[in-house]
Amino acid sequence: MSDEKKLEELRLVIARHKFWDLIFLISGMLALMIAILTFIALFTQMLIDGAPRLSWDFFTSFPSRRPESAGILSAWVGTTLVMLVTAISAIPLGIAAGIYLEEYAPKNLFTELIEINVANLAGVPSIIYGLLALGLFVYQLGLGQSILAAGLTLALLILPIVIVATREAIRSIPIAIREGSYALGATKWETVADHLLPYSAPGILTGIIIGLARAIGETAPIITIGALTFIAFLPPSPIKSEFPFVSFEWLTAPFTVMPIQMFNWVSRPEEEFQFNAAAAGLVLVVMTLAMNALAIYLRYRMRKKIKW
Amino acid sequence: MYSKNIKSTCEKRSRSTGNLRYSYKRHLREKFIELLLLLAAFFSVLITFSIVFMLIKESITFFQHVSIWEFLTDRQWTPLFDDAHYGILPLVSGTVVSSAIALLVALPLGTTIAIYLSEFASYTVREIAKPFLELLGGIPTIVYGYFALLFVTPLLQIIIPDLPGFSLLSAGLVMGIMIIPYVSSMTEDAMRSVPMHLREGSYAMGATRFQTAIKVVMPAAFSGIAAAYILAISRAVGETMVVAIAAGMQPNLTWNPTEQAATITAYIVQVSLGDLPHGSIGYQTIFAAGLTLLLITLIFNILGHLLRKRYRETY
Repeated sequence: MSDEKKLEELRLVIARHKFWDLIFLISGMLALMIAILTFIALFTQMLIDGAPRLSWDFFTSFPSRRPESAGILSAWVGTTLVMLVTAISAIPLGIAAGIYLEEYAPKNLFTELIEINVANLAGVPSIIYGLLALGLFVYQLGLGQSILAAGLTLALLILPIVIVATREAIRSIPIAIREGSYALGATKWETVADHLLPYSAPGILTGIIIGLARAIGETAPIITIGALTFIAFLPPSPIKSEFPFVSFEWLTAPFTVMPIQMFNWVSRPEEEFQFNAAAAGLVLVVMTLAMNALAIYLRYRMRKKIKW
Repeated sequence: MYSKNIKSTCEKRSRSTGNLRYSYKRHLREKFIELLLLLAAFFSVLITFSIVFMLIKESITFFQHVSIWEFLTDRQWTPLFDDAHYGILPLVSGTVVSSAIALLVALPLGTTIAIYLSEFASYTVREIAKPFLELLGGIPTIVYGYFALLFVTPLLQIIIPDLPGFSLLSAGLVMGIMIIPYVSSMTEDAMRSVPMHLREGSYAMGATRFQTAIKVVMPAAFSGIAAAYILAISRAVGETMVVAIAAGMQPNLTWNPTEQAATITAYIVQVSLGDLPHGSIGYQTIFAAGLTLLLITLIFNILGHLLRKRYRETY
């Protein structure tokens, strides 16, 4: 009799534990659903408000006092040019630093200092980079509120992302590749340039895309350097008809970018402008989502394809 | 001295091969490239130094006008008014309240998602949910700000009728949802690095998945999870656009989440939007505010980094 009672009790305990297991399973799914639902709400809200404004004219008009004729021409041109500066300055520097830390750096205090520093830089709030840029680029170096200053600011911001991606991509290459290269008489740089960099290229590319996607959406540092919010003209063209055919005047031109334009419209009291903000936000979200999705896809393919 | 040695060894070595110049040049090139790479890596240290230098330089001139005591204890922050007060407390209170709300949302939800994905979910669910969360983390913060102001605030006003158009509550809630992917991915990383045999031991003793997750995996991954939480705090404190748009820009010493208030970051944005002359006291206040922000986040970042390093070493 008592044995049966014990068995009964045991069954109850097991049932209770299984019940809690189920409860947690459900709450885990619910938590995930909250994240997903928020995303859906965010997207539909913008779609409802912004989609009617999306037309060819919206992309080819300057911002305007009249909401129905305002567009994002100067914003997307500005974003493209700023991203160009950011990519050109952050990518080589980040890859070089990543290679040094992973392949060359001796294990000493100095190396560790650089490593801690990179990890910390990744955690510094973006607005602090804006303050640095305001003091250094805008006033100390006299670049003013130009495309160059904004591009360099965002380059500093994504530098840690590129460095970390480069390091992780290089680290995942097996040591045997290096040994094989050295055994054939290659120097360190030859090994890096001919073997490690090509093999880690997809990984590095993934990091670069994620970094640039982040830079496109950054608003705070650009506001901090004092970028104007109402720009109804384009920077001078980088291509000229006479010799030497390229011009760098656009680097020093005032500009606006997509998130700034959106911020400007969000802070207007008139409702019509907020529809414009939704439309600009939609373009921005689609751009960053596409870039992130590309990066995720690249990483997925890489993981499937490469088996050392 | 060193390079002379190298040169002589190169010469000795290449006497047998008869290709003297080549070897020495090659060595020089190697050293040159290494130097370039070192400079690139050192550049990141340079950035940190210039951030600290710039903030401190402008703050020093600020603190010549305003005593540190006044900065820390005055209960008003009105640097741009005629009757100027320079107390950082109202900005700190706004930052603390909005971050606390964000963390109240992000930490429980993020942890639950992480446990679910790492211990419960099937392979397929995980493969779909993880990239999705990553996409969610990639949405620009300004878009979240728009969402907070025009979707969440009206929604909250249905529940709390006298909620103003700007409030710490809606900014904090949206910020919390924004940080969820950040918390969940780092927490999950920490939990996945716990070796499988610990789980197997627990299952062998008859524990359920929930018991294993709570009593075995989480304690084993403790330092990693703690690091994730700390880095989330630093992220919430430094977040700018959501609070600048949805919480208002009025410095307000309050602990009430249904009021509007400015955070440190929102103040910097507000000043930058105006046209302040370079070198004025208003210009210097944003650097003093920035320095305060940097110090707060730096403490959390270093702590988080140390904890992360510890769990990486253990397993």
